[in-house]
Amino acid sequence: MQKLNNPEQLKKIANSLRKVIVEMVHRAQSGHPGGSLSAIDILTVLYYYKLHHDPKNPKWQDRDRFVLSKGHCTPAIYAILAELGYFPKEELLGYRKINALLQGHTSIHIHGIEMSAGSLGQGLSYGNGIAFAARLDKKDYKVYVMIGDGETQEGQVWEAAQTAGVHKLDNMVVLLDRNKIQNDWFVEKTKSIEPIADKWKAFNWHVIEIDGHDVKQIMKALDDANNPAIVNGKPCVIIAQTVKGKGVSFMENNPDFHGKAPNDAEFKQAMEELNKLG
Amino acid sequence: MPEMIATRDGFGKALLNLGRENKLVVNLEADLGKSTKSILFAKEFPDRTINFGISEQDMITTAAGLAYSGKIPFASTFAIFTERAFEQIRNSVARVNLNVKIVGSHSGLLTGDDGDSAQCIEDLSVYRSLPNMVVLSPADAVETEKATYAMAEHVGPMYLRTGREKIPVLFDANYKFELGKGVLLRDGKDVTLFATGPLVSIALDAAKLLEQEKIYARVINIHTIKPIDKDLIIKAATETKAIVTAEDHNTIGGLGSAVSEVLTEYALAPLERVGVKDRFGESGKPAELYKKYGLTAEEIVKHAKKAIARKRV
Repeated sequence: MQKLNNPEQLKKIANSLRKVIVEMVHRAQSGHPGGSLSAIDILTVLYYYKLHHDPKNPKWQDRDRFVLSKGHCTPAIYAILAELGYFPKEELLGYRKINALLQGHTSIHIHGIEMSAGSLGQGLSYGNGIAFAARLDKKDYKVYVMIGDGETQEGQVWEAAQTAGVHKLDNMVVLLDRNKIQNDWFVEKTKSIEPIADKWKAFNWHVIEIDGHDVKQIMKALDDANNPAIVNGKPCVIIAQTVKGKGVSFMENNPDFHGKAPNDAEFKQAMEELNKLG
Repeated sequence: MPEMIATRDGFGKALLNLGRENKLVVNLEADLGKSTKSILFAKEFPDRTINFGISEQDMITTAAGLAYSGKIPFASTFAIFTERAFEQIRNSVARVNLNVKIVGSHSGLLTGDDGDSAQCIEDLSVYRSLPNMVVLSPADAVETEKATYAMAEHVGPMYLRTGREKIPVLFDANYKFELGKGVLLRDGKDVTLFATGPLVSIALDAAKLLEQEKIYARVINIHTIKPIDKDLIIKAATETKAIVTAEDHNTIGGLGSAVSEVLTEYALAPLERVGVKDRFGESGKPAELYKKYGLTAEEIVKHAKKAIARKRV
């Protein structure tokens, strides 16, 4: 696929996808807008700038794999996949509806989705499985796994981090969406995960810390994660500091919009704000 | 005396052979390879073995990723510790219908003196309740070996139950394993004994005891708990009109329940269930435990007579 490397253009795409996210959740009157909006800049740069993939050939053997472990953030990934042509945009209208393609949580029956997720903590183990398969098959594709920060409270994440660290899975890149809010409340006040960077370092990972809404920083982090001279045979985690609900004032840093849809008035305001972003 | 071999040895042998024949087979273990016998594969194929240490949830979900990538992962540990990853098996394996082979050794009271934390008496029940799952519970080492080969052929999630203690070998090398089909071991007209795992040879002993009293028992080995051989159960219920099930498992949820579901829906016949009666075990020698918990030929005889007495005239 043709790759984009113009930061302004990438930011523009991300902001237009923000509108698609809010529309999907509003239309379905359910879904998870907060973590979708925090992740969308990272995902946009990943898909448009870095990932080796082909929307017309979703099972291309040499493609890079992206696993969305925080599988509730379907509005973000579906918005991107539809925009890229993995499936018709009309499918977005059926999001979370019966007999429709787009399930509430990711499903491998959808072109471009590599894992049926939904239960947190499992995506890194699953991604490791794909990374082990690449090693056995002597393939050089990369495996990217996006996890949430609340998700790292799951013990299995650390089992998997240890596995990747011990086996030096340097074809593995974790994207940690550090948006600081989980379902009920703030991560820090629920069960603090700090010092998060030190934890990954202790598990033998190369750690990169960035602002997850700064496109240039995301581009550089993804380049570095692919640079053997930088990761030095280790798996790499990009800890991206983000804002939950980024782009919609009343959703930003608001635990209420982890898994709640905007009502009609809120939707109108949200779209007005997002339109101003361009 | 028949030859005595543990079913886990049948698995270990088969996994090694599969490794030699099929490069797609990958061995996943969790620090119990010496016990499950996957160590035979691990020694010959270290590059296709991943030892997770003591982290079963990670092992099972990594197996899902490998299966998604076209490999045939066999993930083995004690039966009870596969359940540590039950939700992973439910959500990342069965729900997605991925080709993951889960092997649980040290099942049932047969596990013996390790005691009740290790004696898994509910695995058949929990895995049977998952859509897409095939659940296997072979009767001897030969059948376990053949079942393991069948697992590599069949595409989809499967659970294989093996045991620690040596038990009699019932089948010879020519035995043909057919997934989903019960095996008639002895014919009879008065009552049918459906047995699985180590209880199969005990059911055969029970049939001999019954014959001394001129009661002729049919004995059927059910190695596939799911999908259950419905036709064979209906036939037995229709022809012998009295049924006994026998298993080293809770009487709730395993073979007894699977047979009961078929009987109540298709061919009503009195059913008596031999098994662990909804209680946990304790330390002891397997034979002592089988005696104390009622997993004996004598107990099967008693249940057979009860079932016959309840026959509808």
